[in-house]
Amino acid sequence: MKNLYLIAYLDLKESIRAKWFLVYSLVFGGLIALFFIAGVTESQVMGFSGLSRLLLMYIQITIVILPIFILITTVRSISGDRDNHILEYMLSFPISLRQYYWGKIIGRFITVYLPVLFAMIIAIIFGFIKGAAIPWSIFFLYTGLLFSLSSAFLGIAFFISSFVKSSEVALGISFFVWIFLLAFIDIALISLMMQQRLNEELIIFISMINPMELFRVAAISLFDPELTVMGPVAFYILDRMSQSMFVLLSIGYPLLIGLAFAYAGFKIFEKKDLV
Amino acid sequence: MITISNLTKKFGSHISLDDVSCEFNKNDSIALMGANGAGKTTLIRSILGYYHPDLGKILIDGSCPIKDRVKVLQNISFVPQLPPPIKLNIQELMQYICMSTDIDKELIEHYSNEMKLDIKSNLYKSFFKLSGGMKQKLLIAISLAKKSSIIIYDEPTANLDPKARDDFYRLLKQNEDEKVLLFVTHRLEEVQELVNRQIYMDLGKIVSDERF
Repeated sequence: MKNLYLIAYLDLKESIRAKWFLVYSLVFGGLIALFFIAGVTESQVMGFSGLSRLLLMYIQITIVILPIFILITTVRSISGDRDNHILEYMLSFPISLRQYYWGKIIGRFITVYLPVLFAMIIAIIFGFIKGAAIPWSIFFLYTGLLFSLSSAFLGIAFFISSFVKSSEVALGISFFVWIFLLAFIDIALISLMMQQRLNEELIIFISMINPMELFRVAAISLFDPELTVMGPVAFYILDRMSQSMFVLLSIGYPLLIGLAFAYAGFKIFEKKDLV
Repeated sequence: MITISNLTKKFGSHISLDDVSCEFNKNDSIALMGANGAGKTTLIRSILGYYHPDLGKILIDGSCPIKDRVKVLQNISFVPQLPPPIKLNIQELMQYICMSTDIDKELIEHYSNEMKLDIKSNLYKSFFKLSGGMKQKLLIAISLAKKSSIIIYDEPTANLDPKARDDFYRLLKQNEDEKVLLFVTHRLEEVQELVNRQIYMDLGKIVSDERF
């Protein structure tokens, strides 16, 4: 176990020093600062105001940029090390592949999750100082949703990283995965619906297996438990499960996807040539 | 110590190692030579357990370097031809090595001093920011501090000045007993005093194996 923690600790230290981490933290911290400066907490849209409105905006932007940030910063972790021969040297020491791979995942997870979480904590602290009501239920839901969304994309990134030989190809695949999932949030689904090529139930199923879509719907569900902003889709979802069940699914499903992809990546890493 | 039996490794349609068989025993000090693409690096990487062979096998003290990698690598020191651009600072790199391998940190410092590398004043510098020679000296110091029974050097003196090369050969002479030393080199004259066996590879095969 000590080697697992050692790899995680060293990966965390290395990432924190990297320029991408600075940009990553500034983007999420900056978003919150920008919302306060722009007076988002004082505005009211669709009945949401104060910190709730700020967190809703934060989560709507996060859903687009967090997956791509995680993919492009993580996908090169193993393929990049393989590319520039770091893996060749580091794995010449008696560390098991299991410890190396999962240690890297733990280290990288902490690196990508903490800035996003800290940005929300900063929002809560500022909101408290300004005398706004703290929406704890929303805060805890978002903490859980961000945790599971980060896990999903971290797992996908490590999966890609485990079989790709060059980091350029890894980046290309990451962009494709992101665009593909993003397109299946709305654009592709709406066009499928308009062309009436597939039945509605299948289209809703396709959207619900997309962790980004699930994250988005769950993020709205605390503000709007009836999911009225989603129109007829809400009837379909809420007919089949309760709102709390749906929230559990939105946290559990991406987490499982992340673990499944990470495990598949480990199996490939173990079975393939290392360098 | 190292038994290679009918080892074949292909990359697509290219055969990098073609039915290679040989043995390396205690007190063998080998110069592994051959033109570019002869299969030297593939052979080394196979010994280190990085490649899954298509045919044949490698056993190191009876253990497979892929299945028993932790046990096997406990006894192998390796210095690559070009130091990799590791972003950890020297202190972190030493922490990684000392904790994973149970090497004494003082021993790395001792061999670094012997190689005329002032490690203490560079502890918080990223490894990749060191000069080529400094990196190579540190990797050599680590390889010696590990006290392995198998030491593999891939062109270890490429970045070293003549004085550092002398230090390196002197330290190796002091540490070569009861070991397998494997040098990948293009210049036999540089390691001639250290080696007692010369293997020449071409097109993935061992074409000559001389002892002297």
